[in-house]
Amino acid sequence: MMKPQRPVGLVGYGVYVPRYRIAAREIAQLWTDGQGGLPVDAKSVPGPDEDTITMAIEAARNALARADLAAERLSAVWVGSESHPYSVKPSGGIVAEAIGAAPWVSTADFEFACKAGSEALTAAMALVGSGMADYAMAIGADTAQSRPGDALEYTASAGAGALIVGPAELALATLDATVSYVTDTPDFFRRADRPYPVHGNRFTGEPAYFHQISSAAKKLLTDLGKTPQDFTYAVFHQPNAKFPQAVAKRLGFSDAQIAPGLLSPQIGNTYSGAALAGLCATLDVAQPGETIFVTTYGSGAGSDAYALTVTEQVEAARGRAPMTSAYLSRQVFIDYAHYAKWMGKLVMG
Amino acid sequence: MEVARHWRQRATRYRLEGQRHVRTGEVRFPARPLTVGEQDGDWEPLRLSGRGEIYSFSVIRQAPDGFESMTPYPVALVRLEEGPLVAAQLTDCVEADLAIGLPVEMVTRQLLDTGADNLLVYGYKFRPRLVATTERL
Amino acid sequence: MSNTYLIGAAATPVGEHYGQSLAAIAAQAVRAAFATTNLLPERIGALYVANAFGESLTGQSQLGAYLATAVGLRGLPAFRVEAGGASGGVAIHQAAQAISTGQCDVAVVLGAEKLTDRLEGAVEAALAIQSDAESEAINGLTLTAQWALLMRRYMHLCDYPAEAFAPFPVNAHANALKNPQALYRFAISSDKYRKAAQIASPLNMLDCSSLGDGAACLILAAESVAQKLAGPHLRLAGSAVATDTPSLAMRPDPLDLTAARASAHIALGRAHMGLGDLHVLELSDPHGIAATLALESIGFYPRGEAPRHAADGAIAPTGRTPLATAGGYKARGDVGGASGVYQIVELARQLRGEAGLTQVPKARVALAQSLGGVAATAATCILVAE
Repeated sequence: MMKPQRPVGLVGYGVYVPRYRIAAREIAQLWTDGQGGLPVDAKSVPGPDEDTITMAIEAARNALARADLAAERLSAVWVGSESHPYSVKPSGGIVAEAIGAAPWVSTADFEFACKAGSEALTAAMALVGSGMADYAMAIGADTAQSRPGDALEYTASAGAGALIVGPAELALATLDATVSYVTDTPDFFRRADRPYPVHGNRFTGEPAYFHQISSAAKKLLTDLGKTPQDFTYAVFHQPNAKFPQAVAKRLGFSDAQIAPGLLSPQIGNTYSGAALAGLCATLDVAQPGETIFVTTYGSGAGSDAYALTVTEQVEAARGRAPMTSAYLSRQVFIDYAHYAKWMGKLVMG
Repeated sequence: MEVARHWRQRATRYRLEGQRHVRTGEVRFPARPLTVGEQDGDWEPLRLSGRGEIYSFSVIRQAPDGFESMTPYPVALVRLEEGPLVAAQLTDCVEADLAIGLPVEMVTRQLLDTGADNLLVYGYKFRPRLVATTERL
Repeated sequence: MSNTYLIGAAATPVGEHYGQSLAAIAAQAVRAAFATTNLLPERIGALYVANAFGESLTGQSQLGAYLATAVGLRGLPAFRVEAGGASGGVAIHQAAQAISTGQCDVAVVLGAEKLTDRLEGAVEAALAIQSDAESEAINGLTLTAQWALLMRRYMHLCDYPAEAFAPFPVNAHANALKNPQALYRFAISSDKYRKAAQIASPLNMLDCSSLGDGAACLILAAESVAQKLAGPHLRLAGSAVATDTPSLAMRPDPLDLTAARASAHIALGRAHMGLGDLHVLELSDPHGIAATLALESIGFYPRGEAPRHAADGAIAPTGRTPLATAGGYKARGDVGGASGVYQIVELARQLRGEAGLTQVPKARVALAQSLGGVAATAATCILVAE
């Protein structure tokens, strides 16, 4: 278990989900004649002018509003994503400039499949926890790619979560401890210059998702001397609707504990944004004194687990920016033709 | 490749940064060079709130090169709450959603993709307010 | 200061002259203009070329030297004038000044544009940068959309439906039907207007000018030269240029085309005339809203009343403010920076009584006004038959 020397917590959080959705059924009509089960009901789709950077900016602005913090006070703006618009040129620089954190700020782009955002969170805990800085922002954002017809196409979606780490005494939720667990497990990857990732189908399950999450979660619970029942809420990485519910059950968490942060049935897998947005949605409803257990997952593979305790600051903070529900309820369903057009899947010659 | 031309606009385009006159309080957007008779220090940078309302709007169906992939797209003159008018695209809406006087808010979006070996240009657009009564400090 | 007279005027038809280059249509217009006088090219003191899109759409710069050579005026001092859609009006103003100040006693104004060599996307982009490129064109605003924004606002404030602007293109097409040089020689109806596809709402296809290729040439001369020729003599009684912000957003009242008003009133003042003295008008009228705002900003009608008067026949050749007697920008064709020169070619026909079926009765005093962008530049010229 890792704990910072100086107690830290979240002083702000913000989420972003695009307004567009495509129903999983619409995708299934095209590839399977509508036969078979569906991993989610719908997934979010970025609009034609949206990408990881634009979504990160809006989530970051929401987090700053909740923190009631001048952007200049951020010492770091770190953006985790597997869909950075540039291969070489930091997303973080554009985000930092847009929110007003530049130029005296550390920025970096993180990549670890779906847990790039939580890598940034752990680094932000360290930066503030060491006393090097008072505030650091960690963002997870993705416009996830998927090959037409692949299983991923039903779930690979778009969204972002932004968290600002600051001193625990100012926090709306303290970050009490974390663990990170990593193994070389090639369940999903995308080679350089390839447009779509590939995955190992059932191999993405037991040796990958379930093993990493269970390992990290159990280790943190053990080190803290706690059980799942000691937490009010839990959030797990959510590549589909089933996996987070299954892993929660195996670990001993109830459906009620994960309900507020389970967004994947409505918006799919927002990759680096997924666990962070789930945490944000949970913070939207959590009361002072309640506790949250979060475990992220990134293919390749690894998991980070965190234990949080909500403070009284949450009540003043959450109303300062749109709730997750505001983004979830603005939904415009599009057909596959628009989806293909916007996602660059039409051959334009 | 065209980089400097977009780079020098970053405060304007990313942060909606304009100017306020230090004595009269007049706000203008975008920031402008000093004109004859003005002195250094007359105007200070000011980040605008991004809140305003639609002064007028149009949906463009015959687009210039570079904007084909977004066509049709709505544009507007927006009256910002600090006073200036700004011309911009609207996003996350269709024509039927729009009306003169509709409250809108600034978001940062891709303005233009200038090519695979060139910049993605980001900047301000406006959308109907996500939450009509969000308290913002 | 010498008076300036128009002693020769001609133009090519406006059209899709795919087979002809910029130089070819320019030469055609200049030859035709010289054919209306007995002047020799050696008498010419200067050439003013009005052109807005040479670089962006034609791919040719240094148009003074290029077109002087092409039209047979090699060696002359030649000036390219660029003020967007007002290029023609500004070039006329410059040439008239050269004559009135004695720099030369005969000058040629040549408006020439080759706009059909490029496709629509490039044309829209070239037109769009007449506004502020860094704050407006970058946002995808087209010139048409700028007028559309004004139209929507006007409809809102003055309580008009879009159809209220139909009389402008209907009149333009009715007149173009009788002009063999017009781009669109067919009539349209209000009913067709209502059903037309949107270009930039609320502007539809039948309320948007089409760009065409064309060249128009004027020969201007000092009084001493003009008086030796047969009448009627057409005097440039006054001209003026005014400017406004290329960015619509920077204007205190975007519906008020201040440059249009200023240039019109300064030109009228120089001519010692008022609005009531005018018999026929040529305005920048690519859309009904453009004609409306110009008519109201100049002061022919109070705000909110031009469409009503247009519907009552005020813009017909027999009306109080005849417009677009050759078809206007809408139906004669929008010739970019050459449009201001085409305007004078038409007014010369009117003042000489040669306008045939669209003749304005007893027309003796005329006003031409060309606008760059949404009236960021306005150039006005008053022409009087003596």
